Amino acid sequence: MPLLLKLLVQRIALGLLLLLMVSVLIFWGTNILPGDVAQSILGQSATPEALANIREELGLNEPALSRYFDWLGGLVQGDLGTALTSGQDIAASLGSRLKNTLFLAFWAAVVAVPLAIFLGLLAVRYRERWPDKLISAVTLASISVPEFLIGYILMYFVGVKLGWAPTVSMIHDGMSLGQKLSSIALPVAVLTMVVLAHMMRMTRAAILNVMQSAYIETAELKGLTSFQVIARHALPNSIAPIVNVVMLNLAYLVVGVVVVEVVFTYPGMGQYLVDHVSKRDVPVVQACGLIFAAVYIGLNMVADIVSILANPRLRHPK
Amino acid sequence: MSDALLKVRDLKIGARVYPPGEKPRDIDIVHGVSFDLEKGKVLGLIGESGAGKSTIGLATMAYGRGGVEITGGEVWVNGREILGTSLKDLRQLRGTEVTYVSQSAAASFNPAKKIMEQVIEASIHASKFSKKDAEARAIDLFTRLGLPDPETIGDRYPHQVSGGQLQRCMTALALCPEPDLVVFDEPTTALDVTTQIDVLMAIKKAIRDTGVAALYITHDLAVVAQVSDEIMVLRMGDMVEHGTTDQIINAPKEEYTSDLVSVRSRKHEGKPPSDNPVLTIEHVTARYKGTNFDVLHDVSMELHAGQTLAVVGESGSGKSTTARVMTGLLPAREGQIVFEDRTLSADLKGRARDDLREIQMIYQMADVAMNPRQTVGTIIGRPLEFYFGMRGAEKHKRIDELLDDIEMGAEFKDRYPAELSGGQKQRVCIARALAAKPKVIICDEVTSALDPLVAEDILKLLHNLQKREQVAYLFITHDLATVRAIADSIAVMYQGRVVRYGTKAEVLSPPFDDYTDLLLSSVPEMRLGWLEEVVEHRKMESAGN
Amino acid sequence: MTRIPPAALFGLFFTSLYFLMAILAPWIAPYSMTEIVGDVWEPWSADHWIGTDNIGRDLLSRMIYGGRTTIFIATAATMISFTTGSILGFTAAVIGGWVDQVMSRFVDLIMSIPTLIFALVVLSVMPVTLTILILVMGLLDATRVYRLARAVAVDINVMDFVEAAKLRGEGRVWIIFREILPNALSPLVAEMGLRFIFAVLFVSTLSFLGLGVQPPNADWGGIVKENKDGIIYGIAAALVPAVAIATLAISVNLVADWVLNRTTSLKGGRG
Repeated sequence: MPLLLKLLVQRIALGLLLLLMVSVLIFWGTNILPGDVAQSILGQSATPEALANIREELGLNEPALSRYFDWLGGLVQGDLGTALTSGQDIAASLGSRLKNTLFLAFWAAVVAVPLAIFLGLLAVRYRERWPDKLISAVTLASISVPEFLIGYILMYFVGVKLGWAPTVSMIHDGMSLGQKLSSIALPVAVLTMVVLAHMMRMTRAAILNVMQSAYIETAELKGLTSFQVIARHALPNSIAPIVNVVMLNLAYLVVGVVVVEVVFTYPGMGQYLVDHVSKRDVPVVQACGLIFAAVYIGLNMVADIVSILANPRLRHPK
Repeated sequence: MSDALLKVRDLKIGARVYPPGEKPRDIDIVHGVSFDLEKGKVLGLIGESGAGKSTIGLATMAYGRGGVEITGGEVWVNGREILGTSLKDLRQLRGTEVTYVSQSAAASFNPAKKIMEQVIEASIHASKFSKKDAEARAIDLFTRLGLPDPETIGDRYPHQVSGGQLQRCMTALALCPEPDLVVFDEPTTALDVTTQIDVLMAIKKAIRDTGVAALYITHDLAVVAQVSDEIMVLRMGDMVEHGTTDQIINAPKEEYTSDLVSVRSRKHEGKPPSDNPVLTIEHVTARYKGTNFDVLHDVSMELHAGQTLAVVGESGSGKSTTARVMTGLLPAREGQIVFEDRTLSADLKGRARDDLREIQMIYQMADVAMNPRQTVGTIIGRPLEFYFGMRGAEKHKRIDELLDDIEMGAEFKDRYPAELSGGQKQRVCIARALAAKPKVIICDEVTSALDPLVAEDILKLLHNLQKREQVAYLFITHDLATVRAIADSIAVMYQGRVVRYGTKAEVLSPPFDDYTDLLLSSVPEMRLGWLEEVVEHRKMESAGN
Repeated sequence: MTRIPPAALFGLFFTSLYFLMAILAPWIAPYSMTEIVGDVWEPWSADHWIGTDNIGRDLLSRMIYGGRTTIFIATAATMISFTTGSILGFTAAVIGGWVDQVMSRFVDLIMSIPTLIFALVVLSVMPVTLTILILVMGLLDATRVYRLARAVAVDINVMDFVEAAKLRGEGRVWIIFREILPNALSPLVAEMGLRFIFAVLFVSTLSFLGLGVQPPNADWGGIVKENKDGIIYGIAAALVPAVAIATLAISVNLVADWVLNRTTSLKGGRG
């Protein structure tokens, strides 16, 4: 098997293995830890009979291993179980929420990624001058500011004081795309700000790293224009690191979504998860946790795959 | 003014440096250098590190690397002053009139593009040739430079050809647009000595065939003597001497130049081995953990008190691995290491403290061989505490003695390694090894990272200390001049085997085996016409076969 | 003594201010934390310098006590993450072999789940007490410290001066504490600042989501949560603790930057 293919298969297999181990970890974490699911549901005052009943009902008396495989078997077939609190099918409730979350994350990415790359290039172009320094300062601020602060500041000034955008982001199937977009304007802005600075800074570092290579000097000494140097020599070698930056930040965005959804009471998966953590509805938490982890692992995997594909040493073996 | 191709007048170059934690400050690298270069001539720029030679080379393209800036003077190329012209005009000059060959072709080729595309890029960009003509010219150059498969080598990616071949491709890249001037910046320094000679010959032939003028920058006077018509000696940004190659090599006027010329000519009378060696390694075979092939095959050698065994070979020959086996860092799979009359444990962990004390090591990079957070006193004092239990005044007295031995004063005791020069660092490492009062010191390329004159002093120091302490050296090096200067016996290694072993006189006298012959004849000698002789000699030999 | 740059001075000022407030809270807070002293969301006045909160408690007092909680939790979690992470990381690097493999793969696994999500999963089954909160945060964050400490130690471990110490016959303790640790210190100290900031943001986020410090106690994140409904009526109370979190984080960051710069320029250079 060619080396390239072998590495790709290996990386995908590793991703799947990681996902499987994560499912074990999440299941183990919610079962073996000292907390007792039955007790959590019924509270401290529950009678022993009631506890026994609910344990029976949840199948908690079965050995952990067989419960794990039942759960995993269900997952593979798309059956996420039923919520303890509402008795509803989790997969059904999650479906539309997952769609909403992806809708929000997608539009945040559409705004943030090109903007970050553009500003990153700008920082490289004006290295050590004021645009670059400004970007450094903004980055420092943005890694120090919690998502909900940006959320409430925007809500307070843009939403309430100026009244330019709705402060609560309701969304449902009956809305047109335009209505939906105007409804999610503020959360998209928050998410963009959350990942933008980081992505800019990392893009800048990735390009600078390439620009410091000896082959860039060779290109400059060939008498090429700055544009030609960047387009022909820097860019082909920057694609992999930039894709890596983007993927890492999208993974970060997935987590940011949780908080932003709560701030704007947006009907997505993040809010669903947080609600059910408070209610101690373990099956829902397990399902949501696994989905978030899967997206995160998947994005990291894509980043690695792009790196492998973009490496000329692997694409053109000796 | 004459109609020289290149005229440099009072060139001044500065740079901004950023010492960590301090304010950036400006320093001068080159203080007013002038020279002329006529069409078709080769000028060698020679000097130690920090002499400013690469900086001057790049200034002929009005280019400053990193924070380097040309602060004054004039550079005339083809009758045009280029320091004052616009970037647009410079772009027409760069890559077509003046081109550049760097030390590391591996880093200077874009890894994502095919070689041909990069070789012809400048010619096409300047509309000098059509794509077809440029490719034909590139293939012609590949042939002249002795590259294998000249028709197809351009279709490969840089990582698909060897280092020596890529260096020749870089030369083709520089010559393709028919420039008037090529700047060669240490083009063979990164290569093994047997590869260097081929590349050197290829470059020389290409210069002659195309009639191009060249600046040839190197720290190795013997190399530059082979290719240049004139030589300019630089030191700390100033010109020391400028003359014809013949004059510089055979009748240097300045003391510094004659030091550089004679640096490799140090001779050492080899002593015959004694009857009982201090350390013997017998039939050692070794491999690295997790691999399934041996890196050393049946290696044997002996070290004698007060004598030096030089182990020579190119990269990958197993010479450093031999040292690791001796110290027990890499346990031998087979064979044994005998110290005086006891067999040492193969593994470092199994050796007694006193066995460890007897074998000390000095490294190539003195920078990383000392803990940057320890003072010189601590570094030298630790073996005294550790092996001899010395404390307080006794220890300090001994540290002072050792500092004296390495010709550094007691005032260095409280300095940190970062405050020392390269040569001083290596001296402290020598003192640390001596502190243990060992019978054997392994010197792993201890002079290769140093400038020739500094290296020469270190060799002298090692030699004097050996005479006094009667310590045995295992001297690992790739540089045969160093071997001549210090060795009593020699082991030549190639691909993990000892291919030739004996006293210096035996090893360096014919008849030779093929590899030793190749290795010995590849070492540049400080005389004119050496390169042609070797090449002629080889041609005749291969014709004879 | 070199002059302290203004950015670091700003950082030092606010960091010390917040820490002093945390330590001296009972003496400087004008009211108690839970006492209802006025109307809902009163604006600022002489009695209540920054107004009252969603049920009429003095916001300044609540902020002071809340800061105490936030800083206490973050400090404790950082200490746990730091000791666990760096000790395990150094051990893995120096011992190597399967010990290193097992520990590193386990850390990889934990880090393949976003920290917030992992914390939410764990907190869904565990009672939310101060101890558990600190432990969960500290241990999850220890994975990051582990990675850094291991990477730094592995880099130093292959240097010739460490090899020279091994050849001399030095024991593991000397190698870790005398050869590796002094060279690993400055990146680790800078990381400590970052970990502390992360802990502040993390506990604030958890409390904001209602899964951290439980009422009637509150940290800054909790105060944001209590007052967030005011925002849509144009009442900015929720922004006060949010801004406090941000200034604390930025200040610590500036101080950490400065410390890092200073230590790398010490004699001996190399960080």
